[in-house]
Amino acid sequence: MKKLLLAVSMAAMMTVPVQAADYVIDTEGAHAFIQFKISHLGYSWLYGRFNTFSGDFSYDASKLEASKIQLSIDTNSVDSNHAERDKHLRSSDFLNVSKHPKATFVSTKIVPKDGEAFDLHGNLTLNGVTKEVVIAAEKLGEGTDPWGGYRAGFAGTTTLTLKDFAINTDLGPASATVQLDLTVEGIRK
Amino acid sequence: MLKNSASHYGLISVVLHWLVALTVFALFAVGFWMVDLSYYNQWYRTAPYWHKSIGILLAMVMIFRLLWRAVSPPPLPLRSHRNWEKRVAALVQFFLYVGIFVLVLSGYLISTEDGRAIAVFTWFSVPALGALFANQADIAGLVHEYTAYVLISLAVLHGLAALKHHFIDKDQTLKRIFGRKS
Repeated sequence: MKKLLLAVSMAAMMTVPVQAADYVIDTEGAHAFIQFKISHLGYSWLYGRFNTFSGDFSYDASKLEASKIQLSIDTNSVDSNHAERDKHLRSSDFLNVSKHPKATFVSTKIVPKDGEAFDLHGNLTLNGVTKEVVIAAEKLGEGTDPWGGYRAGFAGTTTLTLKDFAINTDLGPASATVQLDLTVEGIRK
Repeated sequence: MLKNSASHYGLISVVLHWLVALTVFALFAVGFWMVDLSYYNQWYRTAPYWHKSIGILLAMVMIFRLLWRAVSPPPLPLRSHRNWEKRVAALVQFFLYVGIFVLVLSGYLISTEDGRAIAVFTWFSVPALGALFANQADIAGLVHEYTAYVLISLAVLHGLAALKHHFIDKDQTLKRIFGRKS
């Protein structure tokens, strides 16, 4: 009986897959950033960011394809360090935040690449338009933190065409696309 | 001559009145036009710069106008005006003053939320107080927009009333604000 129990429990332990750990993105400590850059006239970069967002992910280093992430961004928090420009960005000329206060990203598929790199596929909803995008991502690191927790961090980048998301204001030929840079650090739940 | 009398407007009040009237209509027109300029329009930067500069100068003129009103009160209403006309006219004039100050203040709050000062041409700049409340630029923007429409409507009403007095009642109302005949 004892042997049987042991065998059953051993079998159970072997067949149960390693549970992917769930992480909450550390927005409280602001160890996560959603930034963008867009060409100004073709001569320089304009940087901006979204200050308020939240999200979580599940991640398992040994089974990367099974990982998932979802993000919710408060579009009203757009910040390009210029009140008049931010007001314009919030208006219907750009993000139309009164009508579309949230932008979301929900992953659909992960394709591992060399080393820590992977392609993160998912649906991005921005300005009320949902479109599949691919974020070129990589794991930056993971491990215990000094305060008794466990953290994992990732960075990713993708380029969006403004017109794809019904943002039709003409900023000139060099500014038709915007690069989105995401850095997220998750704390294991 | 410079000061108002009990029956006539003096030169300073006349000039202030028409200067402010012209400026308010010009600022409204420029404001209405400039918000829809495309990014590559050559006025995209210049028009707001002038709008803000002239807006601040208008505020200074209005402060002087209030002081001047205290120094040299406007003439009494015409005796031929009915009581309700006097009351409505005074009310409209009061809200024209209030409207201009609300517009200047709300405009100031739009541009200064991030702590940037407002340049008045290259002459001087008005320092910012930064963000005083949440969503300041957006709320101030809406106040600015709606107050502008109300102010222009009141100004048109004010002008039409003057024309009514001139052409229908054939009284001195409109002539008075062009100054003393001497």
